[in-house]
Amino acid sequence: MATQVFKIPNTIKKDAKFTFCPGCDHGVAVRLVAECLEELGVIDNTIAVCGIGCSVTIYDFIDMDALEAPHGRSVAEATGVKRAKPDKFVFTYSGDGDYASIGLAEGMHAALRGEKITSICINNTTYGMTGGQLGPTTMLGQVTTTSPTGRNIEYYGYPIKLAEHIALCDGTAFSARVSLDTVANIKKAKQAIKKAFEVQLKGLGYSFVEILSTCPTNWRMTPDKAHERVQNEMMQVFKPGIYKDVTVENV
Amino acid sequence: MSHIVVDENRCKACYLCVKECPKHLIKVSKDKVNKLGNSVVEFDDPNHECLGCAMCATRCPDLAISEVYRG
Repeated sequence: MATQVFKIPNTIKKDAKFTFCPGCDHGVAVRLVAECLEELGVIDNTIAVCGIGCSVTIYDFIDMDALEAPHGRSVAEATGVKRAKPDKFVFTYSGDGDYASIGLAEGMHAALRGEKITSICINNTTYGMTGGQLGPTTMLGQVTTTSPTGRNIEYYGYPIKLAEHIALCDGTAFSARVSLDTVANIKKAKQAIKKAFEVQLKGLGYSFVEILSTCPTNWRMTPDKAHERVQNEMMQVFKPGIYKDVTVENV
Repeated sequence: MSHIVVDENRCKACYLCVKECPKHLIKVSKDKVNKLGNSVVEFDDPNHECLGCAMCATRCPDLAISEVYRG
């Protein structure tokens, strides 16, 4: 008798078809969030706040209540939702162009205030939806449509390492960076997302997960090559790991 | 018997699953094209080698491998 070891999570809408580009890891991230919401049994109590970018489409795929925030303001909006409805499970879902650029102040101050919400940020080192412009996480030397000779330090400065910065804030309970380049790392990513959600359910403080993802279209790469780039270039600079976890430190 | 179910209409032809399968049981179809115009992947397991490891489904970004059975 064969046992079913994989199924599409019930939290995914029936007949939902992801609108991401072929080979984009964003679909994996959405599925992991859906699986965690299902396993924790919080889907009926969830309010998600979506940022601008490819990430905004998450409410088309997951059957939950969701709000759409102006560019970068997803964490600010989620703060209001959580304070008005403290019994709700609130998380934000945005990309690096949304969270790390225009929304950096909101994210950082929510972390400093220790808002009891969860933020998930997809880092693909570029502005994906608008055509691959240079973003705050674009790596040194990376060619984008607005840095045709590559990112140089003198003109553009350094990329931001979000997970480390958020971990430094005293109100943060959990901060991690995960990658989706291999199946093993996808499993670790799911554990981190679940942990971040559990931290919110326990009311310990702000929880944050940065997910290293690919953007094959704007990187001008095949999906396979894009994963190699994540391993060989991105993970050398944006090192995966758990940067803060109060549940461990308290033991 | 371990096997997978491929939802062809979701397949976007990134072929990440082809590389992921440890037994090389997933192949690109030569004649089948879905509504999106993509040559879809096929599960081809004549000798029942599938382990039911679900690595292909875990890797697939588009839920095209919708079910995996083990045993």
